[in-house]
Amino acid sequence: MSSNSNMSLTLKIWRQPDAVSAGAMHTYQVTDVSPDMSFLEMLDVLNEDLNAKGEDPIAFDSDCREGICGMCGLMINGDAHGPEVTTTCQLHMRSFTDGETITIEPWRATAFPVIKDLVVDRSSFDRIIQQGGYISVNTGSAPEAHSVPVPRDDAMRAFSVATCIGCGACVAACPNGSASLFMGAKITHLGELPQGQPERDSRVVNMVAQHDHEGFGGCTNIGECTAACPKEIPLDVISQLNKDLRTALKHGF
Amino acid sequence: MNYEMPDTTTTADPSQDTPAEMTDDAAGYYSPGEPIVDAKAPTGPIADRWQDRKFEARLVNPSNRRKLNIIIVGTGLAGASAAATLGEAGYNVKSFCYQDSPRRAHSIAAQGGINAAKNYKEDGDSVHRLFYDTVKGGDYRSRESNVYRLAEVSTNIIDQCVAQGVPFAREYGGLLDNRSFGGVQVSRTFYARGQTGQQLLIGAYQALERQVAAGTVETFTRHEMLELIVVDDKARGIIARDMVTGAIETHLADVVVLASGGYGNVFYLSTNAMGCNVTAAWRAHRKGAYFANPCYTQIHPTCIPVSGSHQSKLTLMSESLRNDGRIWVPKNAADCEKDPRDIPEEDRDYYLERIYPSFGNLVPRDIASRAAKYVCDEGRGVGPKVDGVARGVYLDFAAAIERLGKDGIEEKYDNLLDMYERITGENPYEVPMRIYPAVHYVMGGVWVDYDLMSTIPGLFVTGEANFSDHGANRLGASALMQGLADGYFVLPHTIRDYLADGPFEKVDESHPAVVEARTSVEERINHFLNVNGTRSVDSYHRELGNIMWEYCGMERTEDGLKKAIDLIRTLKDDFWRNVKVLGTNESLNQSLEKAGRVADFIELGELMCIDALNRRESCGGHFRGESQTEDGEALRHDDLFAYVAAWEFAGDGEPPVLHKEELTYTAIEMKQRSYK
Repeated sequence: MSSNSNMSLTLKIWRQPDAVSAGAMHTYQVTDVSPDMSFLEMLDVLNEDLNAKGEDPIAFDSDCREGICGMCGLMINGDAHGPEVTTTCQLHMRSFTDGETITIEPWRATAFPVIKDLVVDRSSFDRIIQQGGYISVNTGSAPEAHSVPVPRDDAMRAFSVATCIGCGACVAACPNGSASLFMGAKITHLGELPQGQPERDSRVVNMVAQHDHEGFGGCTNIGECTAACPKEIPLDVISQLNKDLRTALKHGF
Repeated sequence: MNYEMPDTTTTADPSQDTPAEMTDDAAGYYSPGEPIVDAKAPTGPIADRWQDRKFEARLVNPSNRRKLNIIIVGTGLAGASAAATLGEAGYNVKSFCYQDSPRRAHSIAAQGGINAAKNYKEDGDSVHRLFYDTVKGGDYRSRESNVYRLAEVSTNIIDQCVAQGVPFAREYGGLLDNRSFGGVQVSRTFYARGQTGQQLLIGAYQALERQVAAGTVETFTRHEMLELIVVDDKARGIIARDMVTGAIETHLADVVVLASGGYGNVFYLSTNAMGCNVTAAWRAHRKGAYFANPCYTQIHPTCIPVSGSHQSKLTLMSESLRNDGRIWVPKNAADCEKDPRDIPEEDRDYYLERIYPSFGNLVPRDIASRAAKYVCDEGRGVGPKVDGVARGVYLDFAAAIERLGKDGIEEKYDNLLDMYERITGENPYEVPMRIYPAVHYVMGGVWVDYDLMSTIPGLFVTGEANFSDHGANRLGASALMQGLADGYFVLPHTIRDYLADGPFEKVDESHPAVVEARTSVEERINHFLNVNGTRSVDSYHRELGNIMWEYCGMERTEDGLKKAIDLIRTLKDDFWRNVKVLGTNESLNQSLEKAGRVADFIELGELMCIDALNRRESCGGHFRGESQTEDGEALRHDDLFAYVAAWEFAGDGEPPVLHKEELTYTAIEMKQRSYK
């Protein structure tokens, strides 16, 4: 059985009423925190307390709470999703110690403006996908699934990078606020498959253009992104991204 | 994954099939209505029905399509696939989701796979066999025409997804791999490791975003539908709240599609995402859409148990773990707090192996779930006590580790055991895992005809939000199939028959029906913000969940359900007088969002109990204590309950009206199951 000793913690949390107002760090005390709680359940308990006291609860995003939807994401003591390689919702309080002070901030990036407290706007990711993060195939027009074999290794590499959940931790962790890991994952996923070849050149050129337009920074190969990624997307997808971009430019795109 | 064992269906033993007494348990809780029939259901040979309907359904001239406006609520598999497909066809589509991106809808969390009758293994699968398995899995409470169509289009789904770049598992030759899932005897499940739902949803999401770029689809993220607009008896739009600014927006259209998912969160704790809710479907119900079989809930036996009162959601672990893990509790309640490794073999009760010697740990979901409840009710549960009761049973891999080695288990179950350790902090290679059942999926939903249209003309309902395909229980790997079947291949054909009469007369925002819808939304929001009570929204939700889990969960009885209805009515009254919602409407306000959802869950909870009370039989995921065999097995009553219970809203405080749709089977014979 897990430890029964409950913890008391000091939380320093970014509060910001809306997108245009200035924000600030606020300090809260929480007691009786069970090590079995998830990090977000700890915040749920704090919010119930705040509500009871008549203070506005802290806004933060989460949905599936099982590490797959990508909706949650907090900077915890300066680390995207906190100290473990997982999403914020799958982080548990047993990763912290009694008496600790924990700093909680929203993702920080020009392309992810704060909406309220710990909630940010990541719609820039959707707009990058709109610029080519797909294979153009209308419903009903697909050939028989077995008509195009895909070498198993290619399929496995495609899958391993298609696991990106679009949470934005890579951007938040990057000193440049670059979304290269996110983009590289999609470029690699679709580029590994035969179905992705016809649009391969236009895809990378258009997605990179949108990325830059959104205000994401450039990649300088620091690698913080891959260290923060809860799905452990490898850094070499960025090499693939750069290679595909060079090839496309050579082809005159 | 419903059936983890070979087909053991036997023809019903007539001696066991004693008719239930003609009691009307729900008398006084409802009023009887006219029978309902599916007017669009084609007749003729079952294999021809869908082809016939597609041909009969009228076409819409391509130049007219851009003049037709379609609203789609929800961006899971059923919603995103429909939005993409209808956008490609040239209609004007508005797509709504409460999440910050369409890609986050809860279809993403489905693990196991998607069924399709491709018969790539040449193992005897066919459209007819998938149809047969699905009807049987649904315990003969689904509509056979719909299920046949589902099986029929299943093969197109795989083609479509592969072309989109969905990275399904493949064999060395480069062709798609299949596995057997849920114990069915054929291998028809396509999968992408344990993340099939995620990969399928990303495929649909990318198709949707492609249409956004093409200008045919406009997305409204962080928007929640709060009311349906019905003008001259037709669905003509929705009232939605922009969850960032609080703006109450009116969106008008020629047709509205709800693909808003299931309502498992009525139980507060479930494997659903935090935001999953019934509001879109419930508002439509209140405006005239019948709600069918609300009591049909699927409870999954292998979830990680609740660890404390702080628990916000439950996590499912693949049921495949039951293939190698042995389930047990101590024989003596006194041993329950001991380290399980110190409990000798003779003091352990491997209760499933004991009660069901032939299937043992692989009995179906509902049987495994109820058995776990019973042993915990006896005080033999293990793990942390929540509200004084330990609710957990051991799932022990010690024997399997001895047999296969730690590496063998690791290889077979990939990251499942690690996931368990991350959540519980316990190492399952050393200490037996603990599991307990949790609400996972709902088969009930908005009543729809064969065209997926509700009783409100112009309101279509797809995916988990409707009731049509899974009967009283759903087979594993069939939820993903239904969502994509509806969105890619069914709705786009059936909706055109309705739209062929359009564009409909333009509705103005000043139309009284629009004003009424908008005003009611504003009044409700103002009410929540001004009650200024003492209890948080979550506290009501949790209390509702406890009532539902206790009395309308794994086992339902007449007395329990009546008690639950009383408790829910009291809770509802208190909620409206005493809820505390801080902040304003004009900003992101998560308490306000939850207040509206919980208000609707409370009303739904009451209807679920009335439906369960009326259905004095055990079938699929619904087990009535009063309807079991001498051995304690579920006993269906085809003589009395082979119908869909479609409930009509009759006004606040008025008993709902029950309309029965008789179920008839022409292509399949009804049988009773047995797992002893």
